[in-house]
Amino acid sequence: MSAPATRANRPLLDVRNLHVEFPTRRGRLVAVDDVSFHIDAGEVLGVVGESGAGKSLTGAAIIGLLEPPGRIAGGEVLLDGKRIDNLPAEQLRRIRGRQIGAVFQDPLTSLDPLFTVGQQLTETITTHLDLSESEARNRAIELLREVGIPGAERRIDHYPHQFSGGMRQRVVIALALCAQPRLIIADEPTTALDVSIQAQIITLLKRLCRDHGAAVMLVTHDMGVIAETADRVAVMYAGRIAEIGPVADVIQRPRHPYTVGLMGSIPKLDRAVPRLVQIEGSMPRLNAIPTGCAFNPRCPKVFERCRIERPELFPVGGSAAACWLHATTLAEAARG
Amino acid sequence: MIAYIVQRFLQSVLVMAAVGFVAFSLFAYVGDPITIMLGQDYNETERARLAAQLGLDRPFYVQFFKFAVNAMQGDFGISYRLARPVSAVIRERLPATLELSLVAAILALAVGLPMGVYTGLRRDSWLSRVFLTVSLIGVSLPTFLIGILLILVFAVILGWLPSFGRGQTVMLGWWSTGFLTASGLKALILPSITLCLFQLTLILRLVRSEMLEVLRTDYIKFARARGLRDRAVHFRHALRNTLVPVITIAGLQLGAIIAFAIITETVFQWPGMGLLFIQSVSATDIPVMAAYLCLISFVFVVINFIVDLLYYVVDPRLRIDRGAVGGHG
Ligand SMILES: Nc1ncnc2c1ncn2[C@@H]1O[C@H](COP(=O)(O)OP(=O)(O)OP(=O)(O)O)[C@@H](O)[C@H]1O
Ligand code: SF4
Ligand SMILES: [Mg+2]
Repeated sequence: MSAPATRANRPLLDVRNLHVEFPTRRGRLVAVDDVSFHIDAGEVLGVVGESGAGKSLTGAAIIGLLEPPGRIAGGEVLLDGKRIDNLPAEQLRRIRGRQIGAVFQDPLTSLDPLFTVGQQLTETITTHLDLSESEARNRAIELLREVGIPGAERRIDHYPHQFSGGMRQRVVIALALCAQPRLIIADEPTTALDVSIQAQIITLLKRLCRDHGAAVMLVTHDMGVIAETADRVAVMYAGRIAEIGPVADVIQRPRHPYTVGLMGSIPKLDRAVPRLVQIEGSMPRLNAIPTGCAFNPRCPKVFERCRIERPELFPVGGSAAACWLHATTLAEAARG
Repeated sequence: MIAYIVQRFLQSVLVMAAVGFVAFSLFAYVGDPITIMLGQDYNETERARLAAQLGLDRPFYVQFFKFAVNAMQGDFGISYRLARPVSAVIRERLPATLELSLVAAILALAVGLPMGVYTGLRRDSWLSRVFLTVSLIGVSLPTFLIGILLILVFAVILGWLPSFGRGQTVMLGWWSTGFLTASGLKALILPSITLCLFQLTLILRLVRSEMLEVLRTDYIKFARARGLRDRAVHFRHALRNTLVPVITIAGLQLGAIIAFAIITETVFQWPGMGLLFIQSVSATDIPVMAAYLCLISFVFVVINFIVDLLYYVVDPRLRIDRGAVGGHG
C-alpha cells in the first residue's frame, strides 16, 4: 500500500500533496504541508495527532469548506479518480452530503435550533435525492430508527434542544448518512460527549457506515477508538503525515519516533485510558516550524541530518514513516 | 403559554402603573395648576374653592386613584392651553403621528433588513462598503440637521416636495388620513425619511452583525457540509436565526420612532402629538403632557408585549420549555 500510484484499484478518495495555507500580514502560514493519503471504498482511516496538527483543516479542505482566508495552495483531491478540489462551488456543494458526509465534534451546536430534526433531515434528503416531501419524511423516520432513536415517528417533530447530547449526535449521524454518501468525514465525533456514551456512538458510526457501505475518515484523539475501529491510521504532526499504515502495524510496531511516543503508554487490552499521551515539549507553531524534520526538537533519536533536510514518507514494513531513520537507499535513489 | 402571557401582561400593567404615577406627579410638582388657571391675581377663597373643585384638597392617594381611573377611560382632564378636553386634542393629533411613524417604521425595516442581510452575506463587496459608510453618516448626523438638509434640497432648491405640514387630509370617522391624497402622500416623504434614518441605520448594523455571528456558527457550517443550497443556508437557516434577537430590538425601535417623532414633527411642523407635546411644554400644559407620557408608554408596553409573543413564536426553545412545564414535552 505504500505506493498508491501502483495500486490496481482506484481508491475512493485520493489526496495528493495537499497544501493548505493562510495568507497573513507576516507571510503565509502553511497549516497542511504536502499531505497525501487515500481511502478505499468501505475503509476506515483513522487520523490522529496533537491539537493543531492540521487534521480538521485536511477534512475541511476535502469537502471544500475551508474558511477564508484559508485556502488550498497546492495538491489535488480526487474522488473516484475525478478531481474535486478545483470544481466550481455549486458542483462541490452537490458532492457534499451526497458523496461525502460530515460529522463534526459538537452535536450540541451542529443542529439549527430553530428547526425540528425532521425538517433538517427532509431538507437534506430532498436537496440531494429526487423524493417527495412525504417520501423524504418516511426516509427520515427510517434513518432515525436506524441510528437508534426510540419513538422516531414522534421524535422527528422535536427540536434539537429536546434531545440529549448523545441523541443529538445520533441525529447528526443520520443527517450525514441521509443521502447515502460513500465517504463520511467524522471530525472528533465523540470528543464533546459524555465518556459513557462515546463508545456507543463510535460503534453506531462504524456499524452504520459498514451497512451503508460508506468509508470513514475518522479524526480522533483516542487511540483506543482507532485500534478498535480503523483499518489504517495516519499520524499527523505539524501539518504533515508522520506515519501512515495498517492499524496493527502502527500500533504494534510504530516506526516514527513521534508515533512511538504516542503509543508508548497505551496499556495492552485496555480501552478506557488511551488518549494521546503527552510527549515532552510541544508541537511548534506554524510560523516556527524548524527546518529539517519538524519533530527534531522533541525527538529522542535526532541526528545531524534531521536538522537540515526534511524527510519524506519512506516505506517501512507495511507502513510508511517520514523519518530519516527509515530512509532506504532504494527510496533515496528513486528520488534522486 | 398562558402562564407566559399572564406573566408578561402583569409586567406591562406594573410598568403602566409606574408611568401613570410619574405623569400624575407632574401635576403636583411641575407648576401650580391654580396659578396657571387663575393667573397671578387671586384671593385665598377663590383658591380654596377651585382646589376643592379640582379635588386638590383630597389626600394624595385619593387623587392618584381618581387620576388613574380617569386615565384608563382616556380622560386626562382639560387642556390648560387650549381649554378643550385633552382626549379630543389628542384624538386630533394621534393619526398624524401614527401615520408618520408607521411609514418610517416600515421604511426602516423594509430597507434596513435587506441591507443588513446583504452586507452580512457579501461583506467585502464595494456596495456593502458604500452602505456601511452611508449608514455611519446616518447615525452620526443629528435628526434635525438631516431634516433641514432635506428641506433645503428637496423643498427649497428643487421645489419638489412640501417643506412643512401634512398636505390635504381626508377624514375617516374621527381619523384624519394623509394616505388618500397626492399632497398628503407627498408631504409624508421628507418627514418619514428623516424619522426612519436613524432606526434604519441601527437595524442595518444590528442585522449585519447578527448575520455575521450566525454565519460563523457550527450549525451553519454543518448546513453547508450537508450540501444545502446557498439560498437555504442563507435565507432559511442564517436569516431565521438572525431574526430572533433582531425582533426584540426592532420592536423597541418602533416604539422609539414614535417618541423620536417629536424632533421630526418640530422640524417639519407636522401636526402630530410630538409637536403638540413641545407646544404643551412651553405652555406648561400639564394635562396634555401627562396624557402624552402615558400614551407613549402605553405604545411602548404594547409593542413590548407583542415582541415577547413574537419571540415566543419564533424561538422553539422558549416555546417547548414552557410547554414542558405545562405537562407535555
Ligand atoms: N484562520 C486561521 N488562521 C491561521 N491559522 C489557522 C487558522 N485556522 C486554523 N489555523 C491553524 O491551522 C492549524 C491546524 O488546525 P486544525 O484545526 O486542522 O488542527 P487539528 O489537528 O484539527 O487540531 P484539534 O485536534 O485541536 O482539532 C493550527 O495550528 C491552527 O492554529
Ligand atoms: S527524522 Fe530525525 S528528528 Fe525526525 S523523527 Fe526521525 S529521527 Fe527524529
Ligand atoms: Mg480539529
